This record gives sequence, C-alpha cells and structure tokens, in this order.
Amino acid sequence: MKVTLEHLTKTFPARGKKGREVTAVNDFTFEIPDGQLVGLLGPSGCGKSTTLHLLCGLQMPTAGRIYFGDEDVTQLPAEKRGVGMVFQNYALYPHLTVLQNILFPLQNLKGADKLSKEEMNRRANEAAGLVQIGELMERKPGELSGGQQQRVAIARALVKMPRILLMDEPLSNLDARLRLQTREEIRRIQKETGITTVFVTHDQEEAMSISDRIVVMKEGLIQQIGRPQEVYDDPANQFVAQFLGNPPINLFSGRIRGGKLLIGEEAVLEAGALPDREVSVGIRPEGFVPDPQGPFTCALSGVEVMGREVSMVCTHQAAAAPTVRAIVGADQVEAKAASVRFRLKPEKVFLFDRETGERIYG
Amino acid sequence: MNYKQAENMSRRRSGLARGVTYVLLSLWALVVLFPFYWMLLTSVKGYGAYNAEYIPRLFTQHPTLENYVTAFTAVPLARFFANTILFTVLTTALMLAVTVLAAYAFARLNFRGRNLLFLFFLSLMMIPNELVVITNYVTMTNLDLRNTFTGLILPSVTSVFYIYLLKENFEQVPEQLYYAAKVDGTSDLKFLFKVMIPICRPTIITITILKAIECWNSYVWPRLVTDDEKYFLVSNGIQTIRETGFGRENIPAMMAAVVVISVPLIVLFLCFRRMIMEGVSRGGTKG
Amino acid sequence: MDKKNAKGWLYVLPALLFLGAFLVYPLVDVLIYSVEEGFNFASQTYSGVGGYNYAYVLRDPYFIQAIKNTFILVAVTVPVSTGLALLISVGLSSISKLRELYQTVFFLPYVTNTLAVGLVFMILFKSTPYTDGLANLVLIWFGIAPVDFIDGPYWAKMTVLCLYTVWVVMPFKILILTSALASVNRDYYNAARIDGTSSLRIFTRITLPMISPSLVYLIITGFIGAFKAYSDAVALFGTNLNAAGMNTIVGYVYDMLYGSSGGYPSYASAAAVILFAIVLTITCANLLISRRHVQYLS
Repeated sequence: MKVTLEHLTKTFPARGKKGREVTAVNDFTFEIPDGQLVGLLGPSGCGKSTTLHLLCGLQMPTAGRIYFGDEDVTQLPAEKRGVGMVFQNYALYPHLTVLQNILFPLQNLKGADKLSKEEMNRRANEAAGLVQIGELMERKPGELSGGQQQRVAIARALVKMPRILLMDEPLSNLDARLRLQTREEIRRIQKETGITTVFVTHDQEEAMSISDRIVVMKEGLIQQIGRPQEVYDDPANQFVAQFLGNPPINLFSGRIRGGKLLIGEEAVLEAGALPDREVSVGIRPEGFVPDPQGPFTCALSGVEVMGREVSMVCTHQAAAAPTVRAIVGADQVEAKAASVRFRLKPEKVFLFDRETGERIYG
Repeated sequence: MNYKQAENMSRRRSGLARGVTYVLLSLWALVVLFPFYWMLLTSVKGYGAYNAEYIPRLFTQHPTLENYVTAFTAVPLARFFANTILFTVLTTALMLAVTVLAAYAFARLNFRGRNLLFLFFLSLMMIPNELVVITNYVTMTNLDLRNTFTGLILPSVTSVFYIYLLKENFEQVPEQLYYAAKVDGTSDLKFLFKVMIPICRPTIITITILKAIECWNSYVWPRLVTDDEKYFLVSNGIQTIRETGFGRENIPAMMAAVVVISVPLIVLFLCFRRMIMEGVSRGGTKG
Repeated sequence: MDKKNAKGWLYVLPALLFLGAFLVYPLVDVLIYSVEEGFNFASQTYSGVGGYNYAYVLRDPYFIQAIKNTFILVAVTVPVSTGLALLISVGLSSISKLRELYQTVFFLPYVTNTLAVGLVFMILFKSTPYTDGLANLVLIWFGIAPVDFIDGPYWAKMTVLCLYTVWVVMPFKILILTSALASVNRDYYNAARIDGTSSLRIFTRITLPMISPSLVYLIITGFIGAFKAYSDAVALFGTNLNAAGMNTIVGYVYDMLYGSSGGYPSYASAAAVILFAIVLTITCANLLISRRHVQYLS
C-alpha cells in the first residue's frame, strides 16, 4: 500500500499561560512507495513520533491529508485505518498469554469480518511462525526476554494483516547484541510480508542499516528524504551531515578565496566557480587520505586502533570540535609524528552556509 | 463518503459519552456537597424560622449568626474544642517522636533481631483496634486513668503503619550520605535530625496530617474512657449535644456546632490536598 | 549485648513499649477474658474457665440482631460502594477539564467528622412533628408516602445507614481506583484502539484485569471496614443502638463494655473474638477467590 502525506501539519495548543503553541509536524509532503521500509529519523522532539501517531490515527492533523493508496484516511479514526502498530514498550497485555495477545486484535472483528475460532488460531499461529515464537504461545509477557516480547508485539501487529505497519523506536529497549539481531529480523519479516512499514528512531545507524528510505527530521521540519546512502553521500544541510555517520563528520570554519577552499591558511581543495565567501566545511572521517605532500595539516594527538582501520585523532585550530577524526587504512599511518598531512577526497567534503547551515554546491 | 459518516457518528457518540460522564460526576458532587450546604444553611437559619418551615427551604433570606453564639454559650463547645486540640497535638507529637525513632532504627541502624522485630511489627498491623480496646479500657480503669488526658492519649499514640511508611521513605535516602556523615564524625541522632528528617519532610508532614485527622475524628476510645464532660472531645461533644444539649429540637444551633467542628479539617485538607490524598492512597484506610 | 545493638533497641524501645502495652498485651488478654466465666469487674475475680461467655453472646438477641444488621450492611454497602466508585473513577479518568475540582470535592467526606455529618444526614432523613424532612419531601414529590427514616420501620433505618456508610467510604475507594486507573500505561489503550477494540471490551479485557489488584484490595478492606461499622450508626441513631434495633457487632462490644453496672468485659471479649473470627474468615475467603481470578501483574 502506497502512503502519501500532503502538507501534513500538527500544532499543539499552548499549555498553561506561559506556554506557546508547538508545531510538532510542519507541512510534511512525501510519498512512501508500496512495500518499502521507511525510517523516520531525528533527535528527540523532532516530531517523528507525532508523525507516527498521525499515520495511525491516534492523533488528528491540524492541516493536510493522508492517503493510504488512493483512499483519503485523514479523518478516519484509528480503528478503521487497518494499521498495525508496535509500541516502544511493546504494550503487551501482561495478564494475557502470548497467544491471547496475538488473538486480541482478531477477536475485535465484528459482523462480516468475524472469523471462526479455527481461522483465528490459524492466523495467530501463522503470525507467530513468521516471527519464530511458536513455542512461547502459552507464556505470559512477563516471562519473556525483551527480544521475545518485541517479536510478540510484531506478531500482534501483523496478525490482522494491516495495510501498513508502524513501529515506534522498535529497538530502543533492547541491548546492543539483540539490537543487531532484531533489526535484521525486522528487515526479513518486512521483506517476507511486503507490508509498507514506517518506523521511528533516533539512532542513525539503525535507520541507515535497514531502511529503503530515510526521512531526516528536525524541529517538525523534514530535512531530507532519500535512500540511506544517498542521504549520507549528499546531505542537504549541515544538520543532516552531522546527524548521519559515526564517527560524526568533522566541521571546520573555512573560506573561499579565488576559487580555492581555505581552512586556516591552507588551500585544501579547488572550489570551482564559487564566489569568495565564508563557509562551514564538513569532512567525513573517511575523506582524509594521509599524504606527505597533502595540502591539509593537522596536529596528531593519537591513534585508535579499530582493527581493519585506524582512527587518527587530531586537532586543528579551525575545527568546530576539540578533536578531528580521520578513518584510514591501518597501513597508512605514520606512527609517532607530531603532525600529519592529508589529501582530501572531494566527494567527502561538503560546504555549508555558516548562518543557515544550508548546503553550498560548487 | 462512508468513513466521513462513520467518523461523525463516533465523534457524536464520544461527545454524548462525555456529556453523560459530566452529568454523572456532577450528580455525585451534588450528593457529596449537599450535606455540607445543608449544615451551613441550617446553621444560619433562625430557630423560629427553621421550626416554622414545614417544607424546608433551600436558601434563607435572613441569615443569622445567633446559632453560633448559642453553640458556644449553651454547651461547652469551646472546651470540647480546646480538649480536642490538646489531644490532637499531644498525641500527634508523641506519635511522631516514637515513629521517627523506630523508623530510623529499622531503616539505618544495624542491631541483632532487627528484621525479625520488623516482621513482628508488620504482623501487628492486622490486629483490629476493636479487639484490644477492651483490655485497654480495663487497664485504664484499673490505673484510675479514666477521665484524664493521659488515659485518652497513651493508647492512641502508636501506628505501626506510619512506622512502616516512614521506614520505607528513610531507606530511599542514599546510604552514602550516612557513611559520609559517619566519616565526618556525625552522631546518629544528629544525622537523623540534620539529614534524614529534612529530606523526608514530605512524608513526615503527610503522616502528621493523617494522624491529626484521625485524632480529630476519633470517637470510640474517647467515648469509652471519658464520661466527664470536662474531658470530652468534639465527637463526644456532638453526641452529647445531640442527646441532651440545646434541647433536642434546636437543630440550627446543633448545625452551627457541626459547622464549627468540621471547618478546621476542611481547611487543613484544602491546604494540604495533594499530600493528604497521596498519603491516603499509599495505604491509609478509614474504618 | 554490645553498644551498637543496644543503640538500635534503644531507638525502637518507645514504639515497643507502646505497642506491647496497648496492642500485644491486650490481644492476649482479650482471649483470656473471653474464656473467664462469671468475671466480676469490681473484685477482678472469676468463677471458672470455659465457653460460657461465647454461648451467652451467641444466644443474646441483641447480638443476633447486631450480627444481622452488620451482615446486611456489609452485603449492601460493599458491592454498591465499590461499583459506584468504579463508575465514578472511570468517569473521572476520562475527563481532563475540572478533574482536580471533582477529585477534591469527592474526597471531602474523608476529612469530615463522621459523627458531625451524621447529624446532618439525620436531620435530612428525620421526620418530626414540625417537618417531614427533606428526604421525605422528595419522596412525596415522587408520589411516595413519607416515612420516618430515623425512628421508623427497620428497612427505612437500614436504608439510611447504608446510604450514609456508602457516602462515608466512597472517597477512599474513588481515590484508590483513580490512581490505579491512572497508572495503567496509555499505550495499552492506544494499542487496543488501533486494533479496533470496542470500549466495553477495552474495559473488561484490559482495564479491569489491570486494576484488579486494587479492586481486590478495596473489596477486602471494604469488607473489614463494613464489619467494623459503628460510629456511622451512632451518628444517625444515637448511642442507644440496641433500643433502635440498629446495633452493630462493634457496637455490641462497646455496649457490653460500657454498662452502667461496671460492664461485662468477658462478654465484650467473646463478641470481639467472634467478630475477629468472622472478619478473618471472610478475608481469607476473599483472598482465596481472588487468587484464582485476579491476574497479578508480573
């Protein structure tokens, strides 16, 4: 099912006398193609959860429209939308067994949609099989591990064959090891069922690793939409560039003079036809190549071994952060030098407006 | 469109449900408030006017304070009041001292038999007052303490529940604070007064208020142990007024007395609403 | 005993003394009293040991009346007040405007003097030569014959007693249930709503099981409280409850204790022990039944 958002806006009224109106979602327009897994990504308070609540109908938008396929569902209450939702804390009913939890949505069906007992059990078992919890059906949620609870929650959301599946921070309650495993699991289930899925996360790695598309958000505004690699390689602005990538992008204050990009007094790259101006320069850690003849000099304060690669920890007076990190091949490191010279990969260097953070294309 | 109608219908239904809810809640609010209104109203009706109303009126055009004067002059209401305040203050203060010391010992001091003793204390919570009041009455009679404040107060002091409540709260104070104080050479008693009590002030205030309410409203024990009007508390006073005072027919004066003894608690409640309600919901019971 | 141990015991000593003197000793003593036959208060002597006090109490028509009254009171007020409190609490938690105000108002009876407000109920329901009282006027208005609820027929007196008891116990129940309802995670309701669960089903399959521990707690304390009813009855009908035929078990205990003849602590003790046995039995039964039905949250 294709999902379309048109100028979707949600404004919360001011709370109390001193409070002010909050626009959690500001004029969202985007389309989710059928069968894709889309990650809504942003720091807390960026409006991603509100977007999810608008999609499932727990909240009603202030303006704009939502379409599932060609049907306008904007005013449709949650129960009529046919969405499945996995809550951050799973919201499994603690007094019901796993089977009863999964059956719960089916037992709500009335009239023509009502299912026979056998059919309900068949579908519950099918959903349980899909998430591989068949042997846990008689347990109570309290007796399950976090990962198992997560699977039950997904099975409960899938059992009613939703038009779209929504997940709120699906991995945040799991420990690091389970997180890796579960995110592959989510990817597999989504591919197997082909249900259009939207999930919310604040963890860029999580979003990048499994999404077909990511939507980066900040303070209620969409910053950028695209395939994870596209967004990473071609960030629309400084916020997106900083938010994606680990270790994060290195920022420097620089300037354009006579077609050259200067950081400090060093001309590090050709700037093409850009006019002279002050800029903010973002360089991905993998954009540095150690080169004795390179134009860019940093003071080297240490080397962290990461195995296949090493992270060179440097300092530079024009850098925005106290340290600059360069990820280079283990064989490229000059051991105990006090300073190191780099050549920069042009495709890993981005220029931003110092005031607005907007990308400057050269 | 189909879903538009469905949506409108569900909106209308939820609007209706909300309306019904408010009506229901307001109805119960009326049931709760009406007796209060009625006692206020009756207390300001003149004696003659009240008795002339075969059909009671829901308001009065000639409010009078004469009943309040009667209430304080015809019966020793002021004395009942003073007794109750004295009883409440002394009982609550004693309870606080006993409770704080015991709770502190259970929460922080290590002594042999502590856990067993605490378990024993907890099991005492199950003993109903009705069971022990008999012997207490006999004890007080034998000690010749009937119609004394000592007799009134002593059996009313302890509440295992408050010890339990305060102990739980004391235990939430980080143990590091205690060790830090020990290292600095602070005595246990000083630590209790300078650190524990200030940190746990909300709980202490809560149990103080709950105990004060309990004292103010206590009836059974005072009724047993006092039969001399000089030592009556307001509850017993009210009962006496009802049975002998003012002549049984002077309802307005009776209501004035009722208002006077109800007001202090209501004021206390409105001031400490949150604390009282939270304290009660943590396990206080009535009856 | 070393210094540290001594200090700990020193701190709990006051509590221990008070509890020992006024809770533990009386508990033992009351059992002894209850089996001492022919105890004379003045001379502190008794003629023998046996079950006579129990037999006497159980044959006493006043006690039988008190038992009957108490059981009716329990059977009526516990379900009515719990059900009504549940209804009101659900209503309270579904609104946001004025909620604090309603909560405050609903809590008021808790902080009022039972005896004092009982007087107000009495004048509302009493019928005198001067007036039928407000309650009766309402009845007349509906075309029902007036009745004296305070000095009239048994059922009328019982009705007022039940009404007043419910009025008195409601604040506590509403408070407990509202906080239980508030502690249910909103996500359960959201999840159920997305799955198209009807309100009734949400209430019976989610809300009730989630608050069942609080409900059980309320029902048990409700039973215990109602079995110990006394001051409500005194407030409405005066101290001579036997004469009014409205005595309760606790009332019977006190009346036995507080006789003009110096009292009969033996009979009072026997009655108190019987009361305790009844309460204990019913509490255990409650716990057993609820253990089977209540889904304790893990």
